[in-house]
Amino acid sequence: MAVNPTTPTLEGDSAWSRWANHHRKWLFAAPAMTFVGALIVFPLAWTVYLSLTDAEGSVRAESEFVGFQNYLEVLSDTDRFWPAVARTVAFTGVALLFEVVLGMAIALLLWRPFKGERWVRVAILMPLVATPVAVGMMWRLIFDPNIGAANQILGWFGIGPQPWLAGQHSALPTTIFIDVWQWTPMVALILLAGLTSLSNEPDEAARVDGANAWQRFWHVTLPLLMPTVIVAILLRGIDALKTFDILYATKGRGGGSYHEVETLNVYAYGLSFDYNKYGISSTVLIIFFLIIIGSMWLLTSRNKKKDAQ
Amino acid sequence: MDVLRRSIIGTSLAVVAALGLSACGGGDDGGDSNTLRVTLVNHVWTENIKRALPEFEQQTGLKVEVTQLGEDQLSDQYNVKLNAGSSDIDVMMYRPLQEGKLFAKNGYLADLTEKAKGDAQFALDDFQAGPLQATTYEDKVVGIPIITEQEVLYYRKDLLEKAGYSAPPKTLDELKAAAAKIEAENPGIAGFVARTGKAAAVTQFSSFLFSYGGDFVDASGKAVINSEQAKQAYAFYGGLLREHGPENISTDMSWSEAMAIFTQGKAAFYTEANSLYKNATDPAKSKVSDTVGFAPFPAGPAGSKPYNIPSWALAINEASKNQANAWKFIQWAAGKEQALKQQKEGVPGARTSVWENPEGISTYPKDLADAISISTANGVGHDRPLVVKVAEAREIVGQPIVDAITGKDVAASADAANEAFQKLLDDEK
Repeated sequence: MAVNPTTPTLEGDSAWSRWANHHRKWLFAAPAMTFVGALIVFPLAWTVYLSLTDAEGSVRAESEFVGFQNYLEVLSDTDRFWPAVARTVAFTGVALLFEVVLGMAIALLLWRPFKGERWVRVAILMPLVATPVAVGMMWRLIFDPNIGAANQILGWFGIGPQPWLAGQHSALPTTIFIDVWQWTPMVALILLAGLTSLSNEPDEAARVDGANAWQRFWHVTLPLLMPTVIVAILLRGIDALKTFDILYATKGRGGGSYHEVETLNVYAYGLSFDYNKYGISSTVLIIFFLIIIGSMWLLTSRNKKKDAQ
Repeated sequence: MDVLRRSIIGTSLAVVAALGLSACGGGDDGGDSNTLRVTLVNHVWTENIKRALPEFEQQTGLKVEVTQLGEDQLSDQYNVKLNAGSSDIDVMMYRPLQEGKLFAKNGYLADLTEKAKGDAQFALDDFQAGPLQATTYEDKVVGIPIITEQEVLYYRKDLLEKAGYSAPPKTLDELKAAAAKIEAENPGIAGFVARTGKAAAVTQFSSFLFSYGGDFVDASGKAVINSEQAKQAYAFYGGLLREHGPENISTDMSWSEAMAIFTQGKAAFYTEANSLYKNATDPAKSKVSDTVGFAPFPAGPAGSKPYNIPSWALAINEASKNQANAWKFIQWAAGKEQALKQQKEGVPGARTSVWENPEGISTYPKDLADAISISTANGVGHDRPLVVKVAEAREIVGQPIVDAITGKDVAASADAANEAFQKLLDDEK
C-alpha cells in the first residue's frame, strides 16, 4: 500500500477511523465539552428556566411559566433581597480590603529570609487549612457572650462583655473578622509568590538613588506586583461574595433571627431549602450570578486597560 | 504517526467518557433488594434502634444501611432526594408537624393504610389518636408516629431550696417571681433560659401561648397571633428572657444552646421538650445532673396548656422499590416490643400500651413521669401552625418573640406578623 506522507492512514483504513481523523478536533474536545455541558451548562440553563416559573413545594410538581414576574418581584423586594445585596457587598468589600492590606504586610514580612522562617510560615498558614465549618463553630464558642473566651479576655482589661455574633449590629462585623482571620493567609501566600518572582534589580536601583523603604514599596514593588494583586483580589473576591459556610455555621439558617448576616447566598439557600420556593430562589441566584460576573468583568477590564498602557 | 496516535487516544477518551456518563445514569438497582436504606435523625431513639438492629437483621435476613443526620441536614437531604424522585431512601424518619403536610401533598410518602390496618399484631388502634391524626393525610395513613413530646419545666432543685421554695412554681407568675428572686441572689446565674431563635423558639413558646388562652389560628382558620392573649404571651415570654435571661442574650438559640446554658449551671429555670431530658440528667453531658428537677408546665390565665405532639414518625418513600421490606422495618421499629424498650430508655412513645404499662415509665425520674402524665392529659395537639409552609410560618409567628426579647414594641410586631401570617394562610387556600 502506498503511503502518503502528508495524510497517514490506519492499516485497513476503516470508515470510522477516517471519520475520527477528520473530526479529531471535536473528538479531543469531547470529554471536556461533555463535562462542561453536564455540570455547568445544563444546571445553569435549568436554573434560568426555573427562574421563569412559579415552581414551589416540589420541583416535580406542575409549575407555570410566569415570564419575568419573579424578577420584578425580587428586584422590588426591599425587605429581604436588597438588604441581602447590601450585606453581600459590605461583607466582600470590607473583608477584601483587610485581607489584601494585611496579606500584603505579611507577605512583605516573609519576603526576606530570616531565622525560624519555616515555622512562622506554617503558623500563619494554619487558618487556611482548617475547614470553614469547623472554624465557624470554633469562633462561635470563642465569641459566646456568656461562656466564650473573647469576653473573658476583654474582662481582664476591664472591658465589659460584648454581644459579638449575638448582637444585631455586631454580627456582620464579627463574621467579617472571622473571614479575614481565615483567608488573609491565602492572599499573603499569593502575594508572596508574586514577590519572590520579582527581580531585585529595580529595588536595588531605587535604593542606590536614595529612595526610602516606603518609596521603594509604593513606587517600585507595588506597581510591579500589581498583576498578582489583581489575581489575589479576583480569587478572593469571588469566593468572598459566595461565602456560605462561615455564615451558616455561626448564625444558622436565614442569617440569624433578624437576618443579621443574610447575604445573597444565604438568602437563596433559605428560599429553596426552608421555603421550597424554587422559582424565586433561582431568580435570586441568576441575579447573584450576574452580579458576580459583572464585578469580575469590571475588575479585569480595568486591569487590561492598564496592561495596554 | 503522531497524528494517528492522537486520533486513537482521542477516540478512546470519548468512548470512555460516554460510557462513564451512561453508567452514572443507570445506577439504581430495581426491585426488592435485601439491603434496606433507612434515613434517621440524631436522637436517643436512633441510638437505641441501632443497638437493636442486629436482632432485626437476623430475623429477616435483611441488611439495614442507616444514614444518620442532624435535623437541618436531614431536611435538606429529603428536599434534594425526594425532589429528584430518588429511590435510594426506603424508610425515612420525618417530623409530621414540620414536613408532614408538604411531603404528603407532594406525594413523597407511600400510603400505609392497608399495611397498617391489616396487621392485627401491629395494632394501629394502640396509637394515641392525636399523633396518628398528624401522620394521616386525606384519610390515608402516611406515617407511623414513634416519638411524642410534651413541654415541661426543667429547674434546679438546689437553687430553689436555697431561695426558700419548697416546690416548683405552679403558675407563670410564680415562675417569674422565682426567677427574679434566684437571679438576684445568685450573681452569674440567670433566672430563666429558653430558646430564642426566631423559628426554633416557636414550638416552646406555643405552650405559653396556649396557657394564655391564645393560638396561632382560630377555629374558623383565621390568623390570631395579634389577639390580646397572644400579645400578652409574647410579652411574657420575651420579657422573662430579657429581664431574667442570660446577659447579652443571643437571639439565635435553639435547644442545644439553651440546654448548654442550663446544664452548665447558668440558669435556674428552663422550659423545653421532655424528650431531651437525658441531656440534663446524664452526668457526662450535664453539670447539674443530680440537682435537676422536672415540673408540669406552669399555668397561665387559661390554665396549664403545654403542647403534646408527635415529634417524629417513620414513613416509606413513595419512590422506593423496596416497600415491602421497608414496611417490615417499620413493623419492627414501631412495634409494641421496641416501643416499650424505647420508652424505658427515656424516649416517650406514641402507643397507649407503653404508657399504661407500669414498666414503661419505671425508669423515668418520678417528677418527670408525673409531669408527663399531667401534660398528656391537658395537652394541645400542635406546637406550631399546621400549614404546608411550616418553615416560613414559623419565621413569621416567631418574629414577635424575638422582638419581645430585644425589647421592641411587641403589640406592633404581633400586628405586623398577623398580617403576614394571614397572607400565608390565604395563599395556601
